[in-house]
Amino acid sequence: MVQLDTRTQPESAPLAPSKAARRRPRRHLLPYLLLIPAVLLELLIHIVPMLVGIGISFLHLTQFYIANWRDAPPAGFANYRYALDFHSAAGKELLHSFFVTVVFTVIVLVISWTLGMAAAVFTQRPFPGRGIVRTIFLIPYALPVFASVITWNFMLQRDNGAVNHVLVDQLHLATGDRPFWLIGQNSFYSLVLVEVWRTWPFAFLMLTAGMQSITQDLYEAAGLDGAGVWGQLRSVTLPMLRPVNRVLLLVLFLWTFNDFTTPFTLFGKGAPRQADLISMHIYQNSFVTWNFGTGSAMSVLLLLFLLVITGAYLRIANRGADDA
Amino acid sequence: MRVTRLAALALASLAGATALTACSSSGSGSGSDKNPTLTYWASNQGTSLDNDKQVLGPELAKFTKQTGIKVKLQVVPWSDLLNNILTATTSGKGPDVLNIGNTWSASLQATGAFVPFDDSVMSKIGGKSRFLGGSLSATGAAGKPPTAVPIYSLAYGLYYNKKYFADAGISQPPTTWPEFLADAKKVTTPQHWGLSLEGGSVSENVHNVFTFSQQQGGAFFDSAGKPTFDTPQNVAAVRQYLDFIQKDKITNPSNAEYAQGTEALADFAKGKTAMVLWQAASGSLKQLGMNAADIGVAPIPLPDPMPAGGKAVTSMVAGINLAVFKTTKHMDAALKFVKFMTSTPEQKVLNKTYGSLPSVQEAYADPAFTTPAVQTFKSILSKSAAPLPAVAAESQFETLIGTAVKDMLADAASGKTVSDSKISSELKAAQQQLS
Repeated sequence: MVQLDTRTQPESAPLAPSKAARRRPRRHLLPYLLLIPAVLLELLIHIVPMLVGIGISFLHLTQFYIANWRDAPPAGFANYRYALDFHSAAGKELLHSFFVTVVFTVIVLVISWTLGMAAAVFTQRPFPGRGIVRTIFLIPYALPVFASVITWNFMLQRDNGAVNHVLVDQLHLATGDRPFWLIGQNSFYSLVLVEVWRTWPFAFLMLTAGMQSITQDLYEAAGLDGAGVWGQLRSVTLPMLRPVNRVLLLVLFLWTFNDFTTPFTLFGKGAPRQADLISMHIYQNSFVTWNFGTGSAMSVLLLLFLLVITGAYLRIANRGADDA
Repeated sequence: MRVTRLAALALASLAGATALTACSSSGSGSGSDKNPTLTYWASNQGTSLDNDKQVLGPELAKFTKQTGIKVKLQVVPWSDLLNNILTATTSGKGPDVLNIGNTWSASLQATGAFVPFDDSVMSKIGGKSRFLGGSLSATGAAGKPPTAVPIYSLAYGLYYNKKYFADAGISQPPTTWPEFLADAKKVTTPQHWGLSLEGGSVSENVHNVFTFSQQQGGAFFDSAGKPTFDTPQNVAAVRQYLDFIQKDKITNPSNAEYAQGTEALADFAKGKTAMVLWQAASGSLKQLGMNAADIGVAPIPLPDPMPAGGKAVTSMVAGINLAVFKTTKHMDAALKFVKFMTSTPEQKVLNKTYGSLPSVQEAYADPAFTTPAVQTFKSILSKSAAPLPAVAAESQFETLIGTAVKDMLADAASGKTVSDSKISSELKAAQQQLS
C-alpha cells in the first residue's frame, strides 16, 4: 500500500487537488470491496461453523433437542468433564485414542518425510527415465482415497489377502497361525503402512519442487570445498529446503493427525482399539451415538491441542529462520 | 490466514457436526392443496439406488393415478440416511414421508420430529390390527403412540447348507444349542467351517448378542430404562458368541475381520461354511450363485435346558419403518401415501421384489409367501422375535456393545483367552460410556 502511494504520488500531483481528493477514497476502497466476498465466505464456511461448534460443546445436545436445538439445556463444562475424566471409561478411551494418534502421527511423519526426501534427492539429478520414476512415485497421491484404501483392505485380509499370501505361502515367514493385519496389534502397523503409502508422495512432491530452486552453483561450490554427497545434503540441500520443510511438516502433521478417511475405509465403522485414531473416536462419540455436545467438546479440545502445537512449532521454526 | 486454515483442518469433524445446522434439505413438496406433491425418502432396499427407482417408480405412478397426488422420490443410501434424517430434523425442512431403520424408531421418536400414529391416525391408514404383531413392536417406545409403521419386515434365521448336512448324516436342522454344537462340529471339516460370522460388523455382533441375551433371560436395559450391561446373563450371551471361535472352534477366526457386511454370507453362499446366522437372504444367496436346492433355513436354536427367566426369542425384529415428518404441509396426502404403501397389494409387490417379508397379515395369502422359507420367517416374526431395547439411547447401545464384542472377538481370534471377568469388565466399561 505504502509503496503504491509513493509511486503514484508524483503522477497525481499535477492534478487539481479537489480531483485527487475525490479519487483517493475510491482507490482505497476498491481492494476492500474486492476482499468482501472472500471475507464473507471465510466467515460463512470457517468461522461461523467453528463458533457454532464451540457453542454446541456447552450444550446437552442429544437427539431430544436436535429438532429445536436452541432449547437444548446448557451443560456448562459437563461435556468437557465427561471427556476429561480419566478415571471413567469414556475419559480413558479418549486418552488412549489420543496417545495412539500421537504415536501414529509421529511415526507416519518421520517415515513419510524420510522417504519423500530420499526419493527427491534420488531424482534430483537428471537420468534417463527420471520422469517415469517420478510419475510412478506420485501414483498413490493421485489415486482416489477410497479406491486405494479398500484395495489395501483386500490385500491385508488374513485368508485371501495378498500380503499373507506373499509372507506366509511364498516366503514361509510365519511361524504358527497366519497373522491378522486388520485386527489386533498389527492393525496399527497396517494403518501406519497405508497412511505412509498415501502421504509420502506429497512430501516427495513438495521437496522436489523445493529443490528446483537450488542452483547448481551451490553444489559446485560445496564440491570444491570438498563436500561429498552427505556433505552437500547437509550443507546445501537441507538448509535451502528449510522454508519448504517448515510448511510441509506442519501440513503433514495436521493431515495425519486428523485423517478420517483412511481408518474409516480400512476398518469400517469401528476401528480396532489398537488403531483407534482420535478423529474416528470423536465420530463414534457424536454421530453414531447422537451426542453432539460431547463430540463437539472433544473436537474443541483437539483444536486447542493442535493450536498449541502449531503455535509452538511456528515460534520455534520462525526463531530458527531468524537465526539462520 | 494461517490460523483459520489450521482451524479448518483441525475442525474437520467439528465442522461436520455443525454442518447439521448450516445446511438444510429440500423443502416439502409444493403445489396446490388439491394436487400436492409429496417428497418421499426411500431407503436402499434393492441392489442399487437405480434399482430402487425402477422398483418404486411404477408403484408411485399407480398411487398418483389413484389419488392425483404426485410423489417425488429420493432414494437415500444407508450411509447417508440417518445423517440426512438428523439434518432434516434439525432444520425442520425434510421430506413428507420417509423410511427409517426400525431400530432407530425409539431414538427418533424422542426427537419429536415424526407424526405419532395414535388411534385416530392409525384408523386413517386401516387400523392397527392389519399389521404383524412382531413388526409393530419395533415402532417406538412402549406406552407411547408409535411414530412409524412397519413396511418391510425382516428377521434372523439359521441358514444351513442342506448338502453338507446330508453329507454329515444330519437330517434335521438343530433346534437347541447343544444339538447345534454337535451338528456344527460334524460339518466343520478341512474343506469348510461350521458357522460364519460377520465378526467385524458392529451391528451384526450386537444383534446376535441381543438374541442370545434374551434366551439367557438377560436384558441390556431394565424396565425403568436404566442400562444393565454387565449382568451375568449378558456375560453368558457374549461368551456363547465368542466361544464359536474360542472354544467350539466351529468358526474360522478370520471371520473376526469381516466388516463389509456381506462377507460371512458370501462364505456361506460359496460353500466355505455350512451355516450362517442372517436376515432373510434367499435372494442374495441366489445372486451370489448358491444352488437354491442347498439352501435351508430354520429358527435360531434355543438353550436346552432353558435358563431361569430365559425367553424363547430367536431373532430381533428387523426391518424398515415408514414415518411422516411433523412439518409436512400435506398431512392427509402423506397419510394416504402411508396407507397405500402398507396396503395388501403393494406389500405383496414390494416385498416380493425386495425379498423381505410383508408387515401386514393379509399379504401372506399370496403364493409367493407360502414357501417354507417365508413361512419360517413369518412364524419367527410373529412368535419368537423381540424388538431391540426401545429406549432413546438405543443407537448408543448398539454402537457400544457391538464395538466391545467386536474387540473381544478379535482377541479370541488372535488366540487370547477372553475370560468371563474380562467380558464383564468390557461390558461395564461400555456402560460407563453411555452418557
